[in-house]
Amino acid sequence: MAWQWFHRLGSPRWFYQKTSGWLPWLALASVVLLVTGSVWGLGFAPEDAKQGNSYRIIFIHVPAAFLALAGYYIMAISGAIGLIWKMKLSFAVMRAAAPIGAVLTFISLFTGAVWGKPTWGTYWVWDARITSMLILLFLYIGVMALSQAVSREQVADKASALLALVGTVNIPIIYKSVDWWFTLHQPATIRLTESSSIDPSMFYPLLVMIIGFYCTYAWTLLMHTRALILRREMKTQWVQQELAGEK
Amino acid sequence: MSLTDVQLQSVGARATPGFVALFKIEMLLALRKRADIANPLLFFVTVLALLPLGVGPEPELLAKMAPGMIWVMALLATMLSQESLFRGDFEDGTLEQLALLPQPLYFAVLAKSLVHWVATGLPLALLSPLLALMLNLPSEGYLCLFVSLFLGTASLSLIGAIGAALTVALRRPGLLLALIVMPLYVPVLIFGTGAVQAAIDGYAYSAQLAILAALLAAAAALAPLAAAGAIRISLDN
Repeated sequence: MAWQWFHRLGSPRWFYQKTSGWLPWLALASVVLLVTGSVWGLGFAPEDAKQGNSYRIIFIHVPAAFLALAGYYIMAISGAIGLIWKMKLSFAVMRAAAPIGAVLTFISLFTGAVWGKPTWGTYWVWDARITSMLILLFLYIGVMALSQAVSREQVADKASALLALVGTVNIPIIYKSVDWWFTLHQPATIRLTESSSIDPSMFYPLLVMIIGFYCTYAWTLLMHTRALILRREMKTQWVQQELAGEK
Repeated sequence: MSLTDVQLQSVGARATPGFVALFKIEMLLALRKRADIANPLLFFVTVLALLPLGVGPEPELLAKMAPGMIWVMALLATMLSQESLFRGDFEDGTLEQLALLPQPLYFAVLAKSLVHWVATGLPLALLSPLLALMLNLPSEGYLCLFVSLFLGTASLSLIGAIGAALTVALRRPGLLLALIVMPLYVPVLIFGTGAVQAAIDGYAYSAQLAILAALLAAAAALAPLAAAGAIRISLDN
């Protein structure tokens, strides 16, 4: 009985109908948190002693980078679940996670470049963290390209899940890159185990933004997964009823 | 002797002759198709010959670029020759037969990757001192370049087998294979060039070589598993 929810998750129909109630709440939470976080961070948080106002891009850069990495795990783990338990739904989550992760990786690279110009004096350096984030973008694109290249959907699912799993080897390297290679990018400032080296007045709005990004991620992932489910289950009766009912 | 020992031995006994037999067959096939061995080497040399034409023949500049260029060329030569690793066997049905064998597909992939390395990576490593000389690499780097390529190209052959297995059923896998495999090559490239750079600068480079060896051990243990899984997926297509 405790496992019932897990078996139910294998049913795209159950998932689709169950999650439709969550969407408005996730949307509300995302909007409220992102608006609060940006107004607080951009308007009220104090100016940085060394970087002035340019540091404020941290409120987008750091949450995007967080989710870009966490999103890879979400993609790889749901791919693994799909390979092991042969769940259709889990493959749909994996396929939905790839482009979202790629976009977030791009955002973190882009904001990093914009931030790099005033602080380091250059848009791009071949620093360990930046380079490994670029590799992460290629990993995401590789998974997407493979899933597009294989014509049969089930084979494409399994193949891209395997590739996503193999790619996880690189993720710890990206995480640790700032600690292992001491280069231009600063080491991690937010730590769960010790006290953070960032001032609370800047940390709290950042935290709000991170949680907001997580909510937005969940919202987007759900929407994309639901769209994929509709397309994949197009021929089933429940989808046709669902679509007819919504009109 | 416990039950698991007996089981392990029987698995080993089943696997070893299959592995050795397959290795011999593949080796023989590779030796029969000498052009396939020569092509990556010729590619390697030709592209390196383009380098001085492209950036200019100044010895100092070439010396600075040599380790990285030789490594990147080795990466490309390995990857390009790997595109056809499973292709012939896939097209004539041999791959399906291999997948049906009672021994794990792991050993078949390992044997094929090993042959691929003997046919491409090893000659590249052996050839590297000559190219290093032509590119004016300081002589302190020769031994390290050879050892790092020796260890590194073996990892590349194993990692690349995953990409080759994933794309074997596709009609034109070339660019997709590059997109899939290149990010996975990155750690090998970092430590390979790092070792040579350290050697040129006169530092100890055993740590980088040890990491390359560790990467090779991990690749030998895990990459054939992933590639075997990928082959089974591709055979479904």
